[in-house]
Amino acid sequence: MRKTLILLVTLCSILSAQSQIKIPYTRHVLSNGLNVLLHEDHSTPTVTVNTWFHVGSGYEKPGRTGFAHLFEHLMFMGSGHVAEGEFDKLLEAAGAENNGSTTEDRTNYYEDLPSNALELALYLDSDRMGFLADAMTPQSVDAQRAVVKNERRQSYENRPYGLSEETILKNLYPATHPYSWPVIGSMTDLSAATYNDVVEFFKTYYVPNNASLSIAGDINPQETLKLVEKWFGGIPAGKPVEPQNPAAVRLNEEKILVMEDRVQLPRLYMTWITPQRFAPGDAELDVLANILSGGKNSRLYQKLVYELQIAQDIRASQGSSKLSSQFQIVSTARAGHTLEELKKVIQQEIDKIKNEAPMQRELQRSVNQYEASFLDALEKPGGFGGKANQLNEYFYYAGNPDYANEDLSRYKALSVNDIQTAAQIYLRDNGRVILSIVPKGKTDLAVQPKTEGK
Amino acid sequence: MKKIFLNSIKLIAVSAFCFSLYAQSPDRTKPPQLPPPQKLNLPAVQQFSLSNGLKVVLMEKYEVPLVQLNVITKMGSVNDPENKTGLAGLTMNMLTEGAAGKTSLELADAIDFLGARISANAGPHSSGIYLHTPFSKFDEALKIMSDILLRPDFPQKELDRKKKDRLTSLMQMHDQPTAIATAAFNKILFGKDHPYGKMASENEIKGFSVDDLRSFYKKYSTANNSFVIVVGDIKKDELKKKLEAVFGKWQKGDVKEVKIKEPAQVASRIVYLIDKPGAAQSVINIGRIGTSRLTPDYNPIVVMNTLLGGSFTSRLNQNLREKHGYTYGASSRFMFRPIPGSFIAASSVQTEVTDKALTEFFNELNGIREPLTDADLNRAKNLVALSYPGNFQSVSEIAGQLEEMALYNLPSNYFGEFVSKILNVNGNEVTGVAKKYIVPDQMIVVVVGDKAKIEEGIQKLNLGELKNLSIEDILGKVPQLSK
Repeated sequence: MRKTLILLVTLCSILSAQSQIKIPYTRHVLSNGLNVLLHEDHSTPTVTVNTWFHVGSGYEKPGRTGFAHLFEHLMFMGSGHVAEGEFDKLLEAAGAENNGSTTEDRTNYYEDLPSNALELALYLDSDRMGFLADAMTPQSVDAQRAVVKNERRQSYENRPYGLSEETILKNLYPATHPYSWPVIGSMTDLSAATYNDVVEFFKTYYVPNNASLSIAGDINPQETLKLVEKWFGGIPAGKPVEPQNPAAVRLNEEKILVMEDRVQLPRLYMTWITPQRFAPGDAELDVLANILSGGKNSRLYQKLVYELQIAQDIRASQGSSKLSSQFQIVSTARAGHTLEELKKVIQQEIDKIKNEAPMQRELQRSVNQYEASFLDALEKPGGFGGKANQLNEYFYYAGNPDYANEDLSRYKALSVNDIQTAAQIYLRDNGRVILSIVPKGKTDLAVQPKTEGK
Repeated sequence: MKKIFLNSIKLIAVSAFCFSLYAQSPDRTKPPQLPPPQKLNLPAVQQFSLSNGLKVVLMEKYEVPLVQLNVITKMGSVNDPENKTGLAGLTMNMLTEGAAGKTSLELADAIDFLGARISANAGPHSSGIYLHTPFSKFDEALKIMSDILLRPDFPQKELDRKKKDRLTSLMQMHDQPTAIATAAFNKILFGKDHPYGKMASENEIKGFSVDDLRSFYKKYSTANNSFVIVVGDIKKDELKKKLEAVFGKWQKGDVKEVKIKEPAQVASRIVYLIDKPGAAQSVINIGRIGTSRLTPDYNPIVVMNTLLGGSFTSRLNQNLREKHGYTYGASSRFMFRPIPGSFIAASSVQTEVTDKALTEFFNELNGIREPLTDADLNRAKNLVALSYPGNFQSVSEIAGQLEEMALYNLPSNYFGEFVSKILNVNGNEVTGVAKKYIVPDQMIVVVVGDKAKIEEGIQKLNLGELKNLSIEDILGKVPQLSK
C-alpha cells in the first residue's frame, strides 16, 4: 500500500559490548521452495507475518516502470477465495494491522495480529500467493492504477523538490540499468500497464520459490510450521527466477543539472554510485555519512548549519541496495545563499577527509550509535522495521537470516584509515551527479556548470 | 512425523515427504476459525515520589536492555504569554543547546557517544525531555539529562541560531500544501487568538530574548509541576536511588494553572479556498470542534471514528480511495485535549476531481449518522480493542501510554479495562456520538489547491459561503532573513 525506502539499519542486538547479537530463529524450506523463518517473542500476545517476494522495480520491463509497486497494491484487492475488499475487512475484524512496501529489489508485506489470529493471516497470505490471478480483473487493475497515480501526485509531484529522485537516477545509471528509474514509475508507464502484464508478473515472480515467510511473536514454532505447511504447502513452485545480471556501472563524468520548482529555497543534491549492500566499502560509507552529517558534531552539519549558518539542513547517506548503492549529500540553502557556496564547503570537507583520516572519536561515536540502534531494532516483532522483517532482510541480502553479528562486526572492524580510503575511492569529483533545484526563474542560485572541481 | 519440528533449531531443508500429511488442499471456502484472543498481561504500573515530592511512574520491562525516561512538565503552548507565541516550544528546544557550562556541541557529542538520544519539546499542554538509552549507559546519560533539565544555560548565540532556523522553517511552509492546510484549518476553527489556532509570527520569533526563555522556564519547571515516566530494564529500588541523586534537589514552586477558554463551535458551513497555482492535488480539511479527552463519550467516539476515517476499511478511505480512485488515502480523527480539540476529515485529491471528492466527503459525514450494521460495528470495535496490545511493545510507546495516563489522571486499571470497555460499546452509542459530534452543516471546509481549476466546481456544490484566502493570509508574508 505504501512505498517506503529500505531501512538501512537492520537487525541485531548488543547485550553488551562483548556479547553476541542474536534473534534466535529456525528456518525451514517447504517442498515448493518457500523459505520459512520463525522467531519466538512472548512479551505481548501479538504475532507478525512478514512475507518478502524477491522482486522489485529493478525487474520491470521497459515501458512498465512502476509496475512492481502497482502490483503490490493489487495484492490487497482480493484473491481466489477472498472477495474484493475482504482482505482488509477480515484482518481488521480480527484486530490486525497490515501494509506492504516496494523497493528496487524486493516487495514486502506484513500483518501484525493478536496471536490468536495467526491462522487468518496464513489463510489470506497463502490465498494471494496461490490464487491472486483468479480474482484479478481489468477493473481491479484500473482501480489501483488510479490510487497509485494519486500516490505519485501526493508524494512526488505535489511535494516540494519531489521530482529530484527521478532526475538523479536517470543521470546516474545508464538507461539499461535496473536502478535508472524510480520505484513509483512514470505516469505514462502506469497508464500503459495491462491486465495481461499482471498475470504474467504474478506467474513469474509471485511464486513460493521466490519468496520468504518470516513469522515472529507469541508463537509455538512447531504448531506454526504445521499451519504454514497446511496453507502454503500445496502452492505449486514456479520456474526459478533468473538472477539479475546488469553490467557493472561506473560514472566517469561530473553531470551538473538544474531543475526549477515552486519552492522558496534552493536545494543541492550530490550523488555517487557506490558498492552494493554488504560489499567492501558499504559499511565504510555508512560511517562516512554519519561522520559528515549525523548529529551536531558531524563535519558538514557543524560547518554549514551550525557555524556558517548558510544551510537549513544537511543529510549524507549511503543508500544500500542489492546491485548498487548511492551515496548522497542533500542540503538546502538559507535565504541569500547560493548552492555554489554550499557546494564549495561540502567539497572542502570531502577533500579534507580524503587528505586526512577522521579522528578516532568520530569513528567511535558513529559505531556506538550503530550499536545502540541494533538494540532498538529488537524491541518489536512486527511492522516494517520489526524482527520478522529483519530476518527476511538479512536472508535476502546476506543469504543468512542470522547475519547480525557479521553485520555489526563490519562497523566495529573499521579503522579511521578505512574511512579515508573509501572517500578517496568512491567520492570522485569526476564521477557524480550534481542536481540543483532552484525557485522558478532563479537559476543563478544553482551550481554552475563551469565551476572548477576543487 | 511431527516430532521433527521439535528439533528444527538449525537450518533444515525439509523434504516434501515430511509434509505430505498436510499437502491436501485446506478448506478455503471460509476463513479459519480462530481461538479467543489472549489477554495482555502488563508488568505493574509502579508509582513513588522522591524526597522533594517529584512523582515517578515506572514500568519494569526486561526483554531488551534499554531505558526510556521522560520528564514531563505541565507547561505548553497554552502558557505562551501574549505576543510571544511559540515561547514554550522554543524554550524546550533550547534546553539541549547548552547546560551546566557545557556547550551545545559538547552536550551533543557526549550523548551521541553513548549511543543515547535526548530531545526536548513542548506540546499544547505539556512539555517533555525524553531520554532513550542502552541500560549500560543509563548512569552517564542520566547525568547529562539532569544538567539539561536543571541547569540549562540558554546561550544567546544558540538562541540567535534557533531563531534563524525557525524563520527559515516558516518560510519553507509556504511551499507545503498540507502544512498550509493544517495551519489554515486550526487558525480558522479555533481563531487566531486561541492557543490551538495560533502560530508564531515572523515578528514574534524575531522578538524572543534569552530573558524571556529563562524566566518562562523558571516559572514552570518545578518538581511539583512535573512528573517522571520510566520504562525499561531497571528495578524500582535501584531507580529510586539514582533519581534521588540527580532530581532530589529540584525545587518546588508556585505554579498557577491557566484557564483556557473553550473554543466556540462552528455556526454554519463556510468553504475557504486557498490558491496554490499549479498544484497536482487539492488538500482538503473538513471539520469542527470535537470534544475533550475525558468526555464520557470517549470510547464510542473512538469506535465511531475508526469506522468513519480511522482505518483502512473506514468509509472515507473505501469511498474516496478504493471506490473512486480520487486519492491515495482519506482519513478522519479527533484531537483529544483537556478542553475540546478538533474533529478533522482530510485527504489530498487529484485536482480535477476536487468537487466530486467534496461531495463524497459529505456523503460519508452524513452517512455515519445513520444506523450501522453489526458487521461494521464489530469490525471497528475489534480493530480498536484487539490491536491494543500492539501499543505496549517498545519502551518509548509504553512511556507514551503512561504519560497519557498520568496527564489525565486515568485510573490505574485503565489499560486492563480498556479492551472490554471498547468491546461493550453498542451501535446506539456509536450512532449517538456520530449525531452529536459529526454535524456536517456546522463545519469549515479548507481547500488548498489550484483555484483556477477548482473554484467553479466547488461553487456549484453550494456547500455554503465560499471565501478566497491567500497563503499569506494564513502564514503571513514570507519572512525576511537578515544576513
